[in-house]
Amino acid sequence: MSIDRFTIPDTLRYTVEHEWADLSGDIATVGITDYAQDALGDVTYVELPAVGRQLAANETFGVVESVKTFSDLFAPVAGEVVEVNAEVVADPSVLNREPYGGAWLVKIRVSGGAEALLDAEGYKAHLSKIS
Amino acid sequence: MSSTPTTRLPLHDRHVAAGARFASFAGFEMPMWYSGIVDEHHAVRQAAGLFDVSHMGEVFVRGPGATAAVDRLVTNRCAALPVGKALYTAMCRPDGGIVDDLIVARLGEQEWLICVNAANRHKDADWIRAQIGAEAEVTDDSDAWAQVAIQGPKAVGIVQQVVGAGVVLPAPFHVAWAELAGVRVLLSRTGYTGEDGFEIYIPRDHAEPVFDALVAAGQPEGLKLAGLGCRDTLRLEARLALYGQDIDDITTPVQAGLSWVVGWDKADFIGRDALVAERAAGPARVLRGFVLTEKGVMRHGYPIFDGERQVGEITSGSVAPTLGSVSIGLGYVEREVADREELLIGIRDRRVPATVTKKAFYSRPRVG
Repeated sequence: MSIDRFTIPDTLRYTVEHEWADLSGDIATVGITDYAQDALGDVTYVELPAVGRQLAANETFGVVESVKTFSDLFAPVAGEVVEVNAEVVADPSVLNREPYGGAWLVKIRVSGGAEALLDAEGYKAHLSKIS
Repeated sequence: MSSTPTTRLPLHDRHVAAGARFASFAGFEMPMWYSGIVDEHHAVRQAAGLFDVSHMGEVFVRGPGATAAVDRLVTNRCAALPVGKALYTAMCRPDGGIVDDLIVARLGEQEWLICVNAANRHKDADWIRAQIGAEAEVTDDSDAWAQVAIQGPKAVGIVQQVVGAGVVLPAPFHVAWAELAGVRVLLSRTGYTGEDGFEIYIPRDHAEPVFDALVAAGQPEGLKLAGLGCRDTLRLEARLALYGQDIDDITTPVQAGLSWVVGWDKADFIGRDALVAERAAGPARVLRGFVLTEKGVMRHGYPIFDGERQVGEITSGSVAPTLGSVSIGLGYVEREVADREELLIGIRDRRVPATVTKKAFYSRPRVG
């Protein structure tokens, strides 16, 4: 399968578990990648953490369920959840339509872990290996 | 399992051209979805869907002893079944465990087609030969046949259009040979979606013209190509069991709510004594349907609780697109709690209430 059909913005950072993080100041906006939404298919349900929860890097912070299967969400960075996207909980299908736009999941005040994230080239290389 | 080589379906190139996403199932490279599971699911409920189910196996039983042999092989009554009729049934081990669930069709006085699940094909063929091979000729002809299913409220009209207005189509649970796009096919008015429609048995090398003719006639009616993904959500809404999940070698028709496919008055069939005894004593566990009352999705393997005590396990779970994406599931529970109105489902660290039901989650509106 060619990875060329997936959108992988250069401005974002990535995990091998297919989350993206948009780092801006000490805030990381987090979502799942185009590859992830494509592999899941029609997303029907999203479970997100409460605001205020402290996350370790790589800790499970929620779940995305599609018709076919489900996937845990892993925190790309350590920190405190400062905001969750209620709109994506109300209408999970937005994850399939715009994984990098309206379908951000949580914002985390970063306390560490950002240095371990992949850049776009690193993530593309990872996708090439697994797909 | 990933090292198992997968077999391509006869219509593989058509699926690639249609943009299918593939997954391996029972040794076959199956189209999982094309436009999306939910979109295809709705198309089948509202118009029609065309599935490639060539992975299913076809075993023929022929010869002077064929009818008596098939009648002894399966739980349902076959001996008095008229030629041209089909039925859903199970074949069981002597201890009542289900070897497979089947569609059995009487093609002639002493000629039967047994449609078996893909994952069970070799197990079934061996079993059937061992049980009745001395009484009748048993042929596993699965490699010679492609099979497509056209399902949905528009399906019968589409098939009628392709075979021609003058041809009388078989009634529900009947089969008939017909010429479709110049190919002699077996039309079976059966399915696995809860909708009306046909399963069409096609000589393997002639699958493409039949497929193309159905697509051409169906697309103006709203027909979509439909993959294995929505086949699963459709069958679950209709509460049709999936072998390997909801039923298997260690579950029985009595436990699985399939007593209606057992001919209790039949003199003999394999598993009869065990099933009669289990029915009289009452099964230790029974299959029930569950509808989640809060957000979340039930999945295979999730535990079922009565308070703190685990009383069973979900065998199939998903969302039900026709029912507003509520989560539905099937699972076995101890008989003592089977008549409860509500039980709890363990979904990761939560215990979520689910109503318990014996009925199908979805039944198609009946006309006339």
